[in-house]
Amino acid sequence: MSLISAEHICVRHGATEVLHDVTMRVEPSEIVTILGPNGSGKSTLLRALLGIVPVTHGRVERQKGLRIGYVPQRLAVDRTMPLTAARFLSLPHRVAPAEAQAALARVGVPEVMARPMAGLSGGQFQRVMLARALLSRPDILILDEPTQGLDQIGESGFYRLIADVRRDTGVAVLMVSHDLHVVMAASDRVICLNGHICCEGAPRVVSNAPEYRALFGLGTQGALALYQHAHDHDHSHDHAQGHDHGHGQAAVAGHKDHARAE
Amino acid sequence: MATAKRRLPVTRITPVLSDFLVRAALAGIGLAAAAGPLGSFVVWRRMAYFGDATAHAAILGVALSLATNLPIGVGTLAVALVMAATVSTLAAKGWAMDTTLGVLAHSALALGLVAVSFLPSVRVDLQAYLFGDILAVSRQDLVFIWGGAALVLALLVWRWQPLLTATLNEDLAHASGVNPNRERLILTLALALTVAVAIKVVGALLIAAMLIIPAAAARGVTRSPEAMAVVAVVIGIAATLGGLALSLTEDTPAGPSIVAVAAVIFALSAFVGQMRRS
Repeated sequence: MSLISAEHICVRHGATEVLHDVTMRVEPSEIVTILGPNGSGKSTLLRALLGIVPVTHGRVERQKGLRIGYVPQRLAVDRTMPLTAARFLSLPHRVAPAEAQAALARVGVPEVMARPMAGLSGGQFQRVMLARALLSRPDILILDEPTQGLDQIGESGFYRLIADVRRDTGVAVLMVSHDLHVVMAASDRVICLNGHICCEGAPRVVSNAPEYRALFGLGTQGALALYQHAHDHDHSHDHAQGHDHGHGQAAVAGHKDHARAE
Repeated sequence: MATAKRRLPVTRITPVLSDFLVRAALAGIGLAAAAGPLGSFVVWRRMAYFGDATAHAAILGVALSLATNLPIGVGTLAVALVMAATVSTLAAKGWAMDTTLGVLAHSALALGLVAVSFLPSVRVDLQAYLFGDILAVSRQDLVFIWGGAALVLALLVWRWQPLLTATLNEDLAHASGVNPNRERLILTLALALTVAVAIKVVGALLIAAMLIIPAAAARGVTRSPEAMAVVAVVIGIAATLGGLALSLTEDTPAGPSIVAVAAVIFALSAFVGQMRRS
């Protein structure tokens, strides 16, 4: 059974439909990345899956008793709140200092334990957030643009860490990114989103898909393609039929790959 | 001066707590105990103006209580609750908070003042409600203040972890199984209770000061949320005792004196914090 799934969901913010007829699921131990330009509804999709925003159509299902480790896109620790990394890890469930220290060591920042959150670098901050998410022993990690504000080295290091954590714990990962090439190595499956699902599958397949190239303005059309995509949704309609089918296949394939890897 | 008249009870000293100064100090300590942790949340969540609006609405509550012969505590609590709930609802709907609170806070205060003016003047000492009347705290008032403060403290201690989580990030709270709306409601309730308790001590105009100044002063010298809340209580108590002493020796109004002492402590703490950093 899928850990978490969305069946034909639509989400509205006021008059605009942010997500239209999105169907997706995440299987145990797979890493799924959602790709899409700004405003394509990536965060909204995550928030709908988490049950934070209501869906106007379709339904979201989470496995009973599913433990979710969530890393939000932005967490501003107000300077008015004194909060060390150790204290942050104990929210909302208290953890023993040894356990907190081990979690920080696991994500590669053992030295920040007693440091105030507001004084951490971007990379350290993201790793502490990941450590906190891992402390709940999640079945699935949900990460919303976890490498925002990191440089390229920080970014690839973070995704390597995610891949390691999955290898060690078997946790499933659902994350949002804007750059396929960085997440390619760490993802089993990629979903291209722009209000609806444009295409999905293994990273290599997606990177060659015309929908993906159109969405990110790769290939001969150059940067203009992004603009065109936003105003020309034709491809999505003739793609819609093939989509469910493709999804099922990709999910199964991803799952098999993983089984073999173990 | 009204304050001078209120010192009369000193002449009929009977058992413990009959001394008006002891009662005043106990009232202030009760308020500080609730205002420290609650004020910390007000500071963290940037709800200062929200506290103001709720406190100012209390004057309307006073007017309504006097008009209907209900106990003042009940009227202020009810109106403070309505105000706090209104503001929370509007905030959730995405109204521009700055303006909304500005409108609500001062309208409530003005409406309250107008309403009070309709009441027979003999019964109303408006100044007591605007600036507090801590030197005239009765034993019954003490029971109300300590009961209210204990309730606020119990609420905050009970919900401490979820409250902190929701304060940090609502989505994060949601994903951890904490309902941020529920936590906001609890803070709203605690705030209304504190306002009802504090009106006798520092008055409607200075309640927000008792929430914010001790917590803000505690920020500079603490490293954890818990320490900040506890130190805020200590600072609140020190301000109460210092303010009462000032009022006694210099014959200044008690409520404003307490807030003035708190402000001095804040300035000292900011100075110490600055020294440490450099």
